[in-house]
Amino acid sequence: MTATTSNEPTAASGASLIERVTSKFRRCPVTNLKVDPQAEMLIKVNAVVAVVCLLIGVIAAIGLVLTRWQLVHFLTAPMYYRFLTLHGLNMLIFFIIFFEMAVLYFASTLLLSARLPAAKLGWLAFGLMMIGMLLVNTMVFMGKADVLFTSYPPLKAHPIYYLGVILFAVGALIVSGMFFATIIIAKKEKAYEGGLPLVTFGALTAAIIAVITLVHGAIVYIPTFLWSLGLMEIDPQVFRMLFWGLGHSTQQINVAAMVAIWYLLAGLTVGGVVMNEKISRTAFFLYILFISMASAHHLLVDPGMGAAWKVWNTSYAMYLAVLASMIHGFTVPAGVEMGMRLRGHTQGLFGWLRRAPWGDPGFSGMWLSLVIFGFFGGVTGVTIGTEQINIIAHNTMRIPGHFHTTVVGGTALAFFAVTYYLLPLVFQKRVRFWTLAKIQPWMFGIGIVIMAVSMILMGIFGAPRRHWDSSFATSPFPMEMHPMLEVFQATMGIGGLIAATAVLIFILIAVSTVFFGKRITPEDLVNGASGLPQGVLKLPAQQHKGPEVAEAHKNGVRGTMVLVGIFFVVFALYYFTNWKLLSMAWKVG
Amino acid sequence: MVAPTGNWWLPASLQEKKWVTLSFVWCMILFAMMPLWHFRGGQNPSGIRGKTTPAAFRARVDRFIKEYQVGTDHGYPLVAPPPGADIYLQAQMWSWTPVLKLKKNASYTLHLSSVDVNHGFSLYPVNLNFQVVPGYDYGLRITPNIAGEFNIICNEFCGILHHNMVGKVIVEE
Ligand SMILES: [Cu+2]
Repeated sequence: MTATTSNEPTAASGASLIERVTSKFRRCPVTNLKVDPQAEMLIKVNAVVAVVCLLIGVIAAIGLVLTRWQLVHFLTAPMYYRFLTLHGLNMLIFFIIFFEMAVLYFASTLLLSARLPAAKLGWLAFGLMMIGMLLVNTMVFMGKADVLFTSYPPLKAHPIYYLGVILFAVGALIVSGMFFATIIIAKKEKAYEGGLPLVTFGALTAAIIAVITLVHGAIVYIPTFLWSLGLMEIDPQVFRMLFWGLGHSTQQINVAAMVAIWYLLAGLTVGGVVMNEKISRTAFFLYILFISMASAHHLLVDPGMGAAWKVWNTSYAMYLAVLASMIHGFTVPAGVEMGMRLRGHTQGLFGWLRRAPWGDPGFSGMWLSLVIFGFFGGVTGVTIGTEQINIIAHNTMRIPGHFHTTVVGGTALAFFAVTYYLLPLVFQKRVRFWTLAKIQPWMFGIGIVIMAVSMILMGIFGAPRRHWDSSFATSPFPMEMHPMLEVFQATMGIGGLIAATAVLIFILIAVSTVFFGKRITPEDLVNGASGLPQGVLKLPAQQHKGPEVAEAHKNGVRGTMVLVGIFFVVFALYYFTNWKLLSMAWKVG
Repeated sequence: MVAPTGNWWLPASLQEKKWVTLSFVWCMILFAMMPLWHFRGGQNPSGIRGKTTPAAFRARVDRFIKEYQVGTDHGYPLVAPPPGADIYLQAQMWSWTPVLKLKKNASYTLHLSSVDVNHGFSLYPVNLNFQVVPGYDYGLRITPNIAGEFNIICNEFCGILHHNMVGKVIVEE
């Protein structure tokens, strides 16, 4: 977006073709960016479908928490595993990837004030993804694909299930390709000057990882499809390895997209500063280089790979990606602190944090996403991704506990937060139920943390994931679980219900705003109407110049230094506590 | 959000340098812990890895049961191998065969494999977890350090009655 709101975005005058194209653009009254209506339409449909998938996923989630909570034990066993399959696919794949498609269109066309080169292709991709999504969901609903999200062979689903996954992946691959094309054409047509904005650079990272991921997807799902038709053999261990090249890297698309959104929201809400472009960009680059190798951490207690392979891929590659996340975990809050200080909130260590706009769901959602992802997701993830510690964590409840803080508390929450800005900026509507919108990120964040921490504690006590009956009533040997597990099941259930309610509130807000929201008028912006986040009412300055900037940089970000210091201590304590726990187990090797 | 213009490849400030350095050093510590534990620690997942087939593994388990069976437990063969022996555990929808009777502080080489789909070996409440993959023989040297009765929960989804897949290990003084 432009330096100040009054500036003309760098329009390329003179070229007649470009003038003809730009004449059909609308100009955003808040950011002054030019908006290609075709791209805008694609953003809208992808976002709407994402929310529909979210609805399927959250209904399934309610069934799941009410079943794992043994006192309630709501679903039958076959329904529990079916809901689990639905939940995983709709949340982790369909909701997130449809939303990311919207983010890619947004970051390439809107942020660059560029045109979409091939809108028809965009619709084709959307169609493929829709068909894929519908095929997969239909098969699961019909009970022909009770194979869970991972679908490890030789456990077999109906061939149409695999076909659906392939079609969906091809569609997403086309959108990624179009994203690259848009950036290249925008550069050629001088839609923007200088380097790519950091937010677009982050989206570019996500798109590159998406391509790597989707190629893995093709490598693994095409043979699996043939295998399901009885046309070829498949090695279960090779499948697991290739699958995680897809399965984990998709989560890294999410991380890159989420971090890009952090930078975007920091800028929109409080005029967050990019402290140093070099460092932030290098961190994004590290994701691209190492993240697909790091998928190896899913195979740490597998029989197919040796110790050297495991240590090399997880430690060498993963820790360089961890380094990247730790860097963003510093630069984003530092940018917020600097932005707040430059706006005059200079009191003490944490004055900037106290004076932050906590009632703006765009800001609170971004900040909660950052904290939950860093403190809960990052720390637990790195720890269970350690070769030996994985022995006491693999396939226990610690795994879902971990990824519900990264993907759900981190990525999904960032997506919710940015939606409160997309609704006014892209859909041009005032957000409905504004009071609910202000509390929604808080409710969701708190619910998810309660649920995920309960899951992690269950896992530490050895409770398995993906398990219908923790009373073991029909198992061949009598078995009693630790009594504390009942307590954690209850807190998990309560946290899960709070979070699920917050998701339903989000869906209510998003859907009713899109379909019944009031259109924004210029007077709304002047009068500070409700339903408009503060960054939309008055976009903070995005760039600062002059001596006070040099002064601010010299004073530094003391508050953020304290915060990351606390983070580091928590990280080290949790990590070494786990080694201690491991050392008390049976000797094994 | 703003496209950087001019020379944006600027040096980082002191605080950023400090944090990046600290993060990097920490990542190197994380990196070093794994090989270090292979040399100094007692819990490693490397094991003895080999390929097998469902039929071959099933035959090996049957021979093992025949050799060391001492009784039955809830309808499953109860097997008491001598310390140091190679012991076999077969995962199959939805059971673990046989029931193992081991001696505290004695070492065994536990061979894990599946004769159908993926399963998960989870020793409760010790909380040791390993993936059991069909076609692969995972040999792990184990030394029980506490006496008592333990359960083996399957923690990889393996079909609709997955939650019934519970086995048993007895460790005697
Ligand atoms: Cu099983």
